[in-house]
Amino acid sequence: MKRRDVLLATLVLFVLWYGLAAIIQRPILPTPVRVLATFLRDLPRDLGRHALVSLYRVAASIILAIALATPAGLVLGQSARLNRIFAPFIYLLFPVPKVVLVPIVLLFLGVGDFPKIVIITMILFFQILVLVRDAATAIRPELLLSVRSLGAGRRALFRFVYLPASVPAILTAVRQSIGTAVAVLYIAELFATRYGLGYYIYYQGSTLFDYPKMYAGIVAMSLLGLGLYFGVDTVERRVCRWARVDGRQ
Amino acid sequence: MFELRDVTFAYPGQAPVFERFSWRGERGEVWAVLGPSGCGKSTLLMLLAGLLHPQAGAIVIDDERIDRPRPRTGLILQEYGLLPWATVQENVRLGLRIRRFYGPDGRHVPRDERLDSAEAQARIDHWLARLGIADIAAKYPGQISGGQRQRAAIARTLVLDPDLVLMDEPFSALDAPTREGLQALTLALCEEAGVTVVLVTHNIEEAAFVGQKVLLLEKPPNQKTNTLENTHTAHVEYRLSTAYQKACSTLRIQIDER
Repeated sequence: MKRRDVLLATLVLFVLWYGLAAIIQRPILPTPVRVLATFLRDLPRDLGRHALVSLYRVAASIILAIALATPAGLVLGQSARLNRIFAPFIYLLFPVPKVVLVPIVLLFLGVGDFPKIVIITMILFFQILVLVRDAATAIRPELLLSVRSLGAGRRALFRFVYLPASVPAILTAVRQSIGTAVAVLYIAELFATRYGLGYYIYYQGSTLFDYPKMYAGIVAMSLLGLGLYFGVDTVERRVCRWARVDGRQ
Repeated sequence: MFELRDVTFAYPGQAPVFERFSWRGERGEVWAVLGPSGCGKSTLLMLLAGLLHPQAGAIVIDDERIDRPRPRTGLILQEYGLLPWATVQENVRLGLRIRRFYGPDGRHVPRDERLDSAEAQARIDHWLARLGIADIAAKYPGQISGGQRQRAAIARTLVLDPDLVLMDEPFSALDAPTREGLQALTLALCEEAGVTVVLVTHNIEEAAFVGQKVLLLEKPPNQKTNTLENTHTAHVEYRLSTAYQKACSTLRIQIDER
């Protein structure tokens, strides 16, 4: 995909938005020009602070989920016995929409960032776990044998084979779950907090009825999701160059 | 150099592949192990590599009982032995990185291993050049041909300065001209480095060309050690000689008798 095409698509969407706002002519749909002006004005002020809090919550969740799910996935991928024990649990828990657990987690863990991070981590955790496990299972036995014959024991196999083999799986999992993660972040930020873009959007829209600000918050949240997506994409393109040139293995 | 003493091996729940099987080879010899598929050729190689363990008997290499991979033994498989995410150069360096990772502990790495990074790089460059893959050192395995991949796998093994190289059908996925070229080159390099070679193949011509000695395996369980002497130098001209033709037909008759 070319950068120019993405820019062009952005422009078209803004034009459509503008047209729709011009036709509807109501305060609940301000024009993109007005929203962008509000966005730029408020970003250095409170909007920026809310955005940073949200970014922190998602980023911490991503890091925590990678740190927890990668080793777990690698262990399950290496041990058929453990996988047999855990696979039914994963099978049951993976499709549960974690967002319905938001109230429960909040009840147990209370206010603050931690319960929100826990919720998003749970979503990413299963995605990463499953993809990393499958990547580890898919490593060819010939590869393991020949690396072992070079002197690698368990630790070196982990370092030189399993870990690099799981990187594309981690990145794919994170990329696939960013949309859900940001959506759940919004829900989680509706409860028990006074910071974060979710809170900001809801508060501006339902309490203050300041629609341009609400839209500015929505734009910020979209940019947060997009930014994370592009970030993962960039990392993937740099780290997984081999996967794009390689159609066979 | 290497010896199997009364080795018995069976995969779990199956009939034994080897039963009180003994075999020995001397330093610098080039062995071909020949037999039909399912005869236990690859199993034999994995036992020698320390990647499988016999239920009875012992495998001894250089007066040392083998129960785990030995640092001075190199293993080259048919395919898929290279890390797909690493370039040819990184793949060739892999063994040296693993050695650095452990340090000279005598278990994963020879105790006398002392190699600074300049020496290591020189060794890598040397073997990349000797195998004719220096110009594709920055490419990934998925970007190069099967023959080039095997060259990389051979370079990766020889970089570690092995004294015993085990090869499992290393050339069988290659087309005939590539295969013949690489057979001759591999043997020349192994001879140059003074390496003992055990090459497993199902191909009679390959066994006749490569093996100065040939071990014939049969349908399991293998109990008797059937070996054939085939003293020659594996030069390209040898392939045209009557001695080569005779070796091929002898092997074929032996195989058919089993």
